[in-house]
Amino acid sequence: MHDRTLSRRQALGLGVAALAFPAASGALAQPAVGRAMPREFNLTLSHVTANITGRRRPAMAINGQIPGPVLRFREGEEVVINVTNRLREHTSIHWHGLILPSSQDGVPGISDGFQGIDAGGTHQYRFPLVQAGTYWYHSHSGVQEQSGIYGSIVIDPATPEPFGYDRDYIVQLSDWTDETPSHVIANLKRDPGYYNYNKRTLASLVGELRRAPDAAARSAIVSDRIMWGDMRMDPTDIEDVGGYTYLVNGYTPAQNFTGVFRPGETVRLRFINSGAMTHFDVRIPGLQMTVVQAHGNNVRPVTVDEFRIAPAETFDVLVRPRDGRQYQMLAESMGRQGFAQFSLATQEGLPALPLPPHRPRPVLTMADMGMNYGPSGLDRGTPMPEVDAPGHVAPMDMGGMGGMDHSSMQMPAGGSQGMQGGSMGDMNHGGMAGMDHSSMPGMNHGAMGGMAGMDHGNMPGMNNGAAGAGAMAGMDHGAMGHGGMAMPDPLVNDVGAPPGARVLSYRDLRAAKPLYPVREPTRVIEIRLTGNMERYFWSINGNSFSQAQPIQLHLGERVRFRFVNETMMAHPMHIHGMWMIPQVGNGAENPLLHTVNIKPGSTLDIDMEVDAPGGWAFHCHMLYHMETGMMRKISVVNSPRTASAG
Amino acid sequence: MPGMNFQRMGLAAGTAIMLSFGASTARAQAMQHSTEPPFSHEVYTGAVLFETLEYGFGLDGPNVGRWDGQAWYGGDTDRVWLRTEGETTRSGRVEQAEIQLLYSRLLGYYWDIQAGVRYDIRPLPNRAYGVIGLQGLAPGLFEVGLQGFVSQEGDLSARAEVSYDVYITQRLVLQPNVEANFALQKVPELGVGSGINDVEAGFRLRYEVTREVAPYIGINYERKIGDTARYAREEGEQVGAWNFVTGVRLFF
Repeated sequence: MHDRTLSRRQALGLGVAALAFPAASGALAQPAVGRAMPREFNLTLSHVTANITGRRRPAMAINGQIPGPVLRFREGEEVVINVTNRLREHTSIHWHGLILPSSQDGVPGISDGFQGIDAGGTHQYRFPLVQAGTYWYHSHSGVQEQSGIYGSIVIDPATPEPFGYDRDYIVQLSDWTDETPSHVIANLKRDPGYYNYNKRTLASLVGELRRAPDAAARSAIVSDRIMWGDMRMDPTDIEDVGGYTYLVNGYTPAQNFTGVFRPGETVRLRFINSGAMTHFDVRIPGLQMTVVQAHGNNVRPVTVDEFRIAPAETFDVLVRPRDGRQYQMLAESMGRQGFAQFSLATQEGLPALPLPPHRPRPVLTMADMGMNYGPSGLDRGTPMPEVDAPGHVAPMDMGGMGGMDHSSMQMPAGGSQGMQGGSMGDMNHGGMAGMDHSSMPGMNHGAMGGMAGMDHGNMPGMNNGAAGAGAMAGMDHGAMGHGGMAMPDPLVNDVGAPPGARVLSYRDLRAAKPLYPVREPTRVIEIRLTGNMERYFWSINGNSFSQAQPIQLHLGERVRFRFVNETMMAHPMHIHGMWMIPQVGNGAENPLLHTVNIKPGSTLDIDMEVDAPGGWAFHCHMLYHMETGMMRKISVVNSPRTASAG
Repeated sequence: MPGMNFQRMGLAAGTAIMLSFGASTARAQAMQHSTEPPFSHEVYTGAVLFETLEYGFGLDGPNVGRWDGQAWYGGDTDRVWLRTEGETTRSGRVEQAEIQLLYSRLLGYYWDIQAGVRYDIRPLPNRAYGVIGLQGLAPGLFEVGLQGFVSQEGDLSARAEVSYDVYITQRLVLQPNVEANFALQKVPELGVGSGINDVEAGFRLRYEVTREVAPYIGINYERKIGDTARYAREEGEQVGAWNFVTGVRLFF
């Protein structure tokens, strides 16, 4: 019997102790004795009874805590981590965002030679730390992450950071449910709208019609209802799972974790979204936040009022409270189901400031459907021929372009390198996708509605008329005209901020020290994010993980993944072991991310320097999307000669 | 008291089998969630739905009890179904009771094709049928079920069902539904004429206390048509009946 009853105070008390930097956590087994000896850490996973909401519920903990202990490493050192499994089931620990050998990455059945950790067993991980920053770790077995198997990692840099601060707090956001995770899946499978109590109803229709200013508006409301019904889609389906209590470092909103500061100090907040299924919209009323790191990598400091953080992302921000008042960090779930919160105050133990009302709940529009009139018949979500099998590239040539209605619909804001003259001669599509919005006056989003009537040959700013026509030909004008809405900007997050507030987008992220020189991708692989919302299963290119072949990449190549989100949900896509470089238009300074949030109906290109051999997991970091199929294995192999022939 | 026995049998067929089916799905589901490698990530799960479990007060005729339930277990594309529906009279006698065991496969985004067997315990004489069907969600969010049957005697018949959930509020749901049965030829021993046999339409207003339990009230109208109506009259039965119904929708 490994179960251990754990009071909230015990569980969270330990967590707090671990947060008090720079003291090493209880996980540290022995101190370093010179460079030869790697520091050793011990993690023990066990079943516990947690009481988060007032009900005693089964949970899983690491060293008796939820979240697990903070692992504080140093860049350049080698660490040994012993993970002991006292659960009654198989487990694994994955080090999210760390660049390490595949064998140490911790995904059962995918990482080289790793089959997970048996019940009762201990597995020793050993790897060098080649990076600095804020990361986290979690179980990669089943849905254990939702039960509590997650913790944070801080790697202190070998060289001083280009910014200073006086205090340092981890802000690990998560979502807790009193239901068991397998129950959540079963509920979603039998009724995808199980948790949605914000559906459109007859009552809400009456309200909308009453508020409508004129007959035209009323008829638009009615036809919008009919359209969504015809599509058999639910525009209020923002978050799949409900009933969550949102936590900061394991603290409920009522417990209100507090970070102490003195007026005038600079406080570093390391935001980590360890939520299983929750995008958080973060703000600290009264304080601006200067983002200095994204996903562990230094970025050119950018000051914002608010940001959205997708599951698995991390952002480090600096705040400078000048006076001694109490500030309240609010992390509102994207579907407005609740808040996570904590206080910045000059003393501990103050009650939380009153919560503001929820911002309006987002409602999906045709833009979020990618202008696609919903799944009909056999398209979208049902098994389709693979387009990403080894050797297959998309798009392959101009001829293939016409049939590519998805990618050609979109003009992702791209790196300017894509438009550089040298590559224009052969005009590969990688270059096309790299078209920068700013250089295409006719392409701004406001003007998109007029696209249908646009003379493609004369598209201003596009100096290759033929290629332009090719790309535009695939656009479904009929669908475009429908509703007359703009294409979704793949990078702008509508968090409902007041006018004038600055909201972080990936476009604001500029790598402070790019790791890789800019070069053209060797090939483009189309990654369509697909799924069946009615059955609640998710897939990539129409194939769930259980049906799919690994995506084969070649060591040394630079591959471009063209994400095309055909679903109505956001998918934070995570690739293990290698950095993703989203083509956000910052050229050589495009940021390095481990997880890239792909908004509904949008398209985004990411480049990847394939420099890590072995097997790597590639998946959506919405836990139940991954568990129900939105996952692939990437095999990085050594075969430069066959890279193009496959 | 053969009637009582059959009531038990009918309801037992309707509930006990399905509940045990549900229990086994829960067990199997727990097993599937093992994290033993190589893990496939295909999630197997199941559900039990009694859309109708009600007592109808005849406004111009006898009272009736009615059930209509289905349970499924399976993966993303392949599923096994158990369906049952039936009717009892006021005296507790089971008038109609059928069970279907079906295999289904996802045909498109919203549609399953089904094939299997149906067995009618009532009316007598008992009949076995082969079933082929289509079940899914039509544009406009209509739940549609179409089934074709071939009996052990070679008789062909069909059934069409359509229902729609009108969410009045987040928990108050009005469900209109229509069902019609057809036969290609008459089967006098079962009181079935050729052509449209009967039509049934209802409005049920349920309150979802939880997604699992939703008590409801409603009205239901049944009408036998053509030869089927003539056979009923000859038996001294009503051909049309209005019912005020009260029941509970269960979904696990």
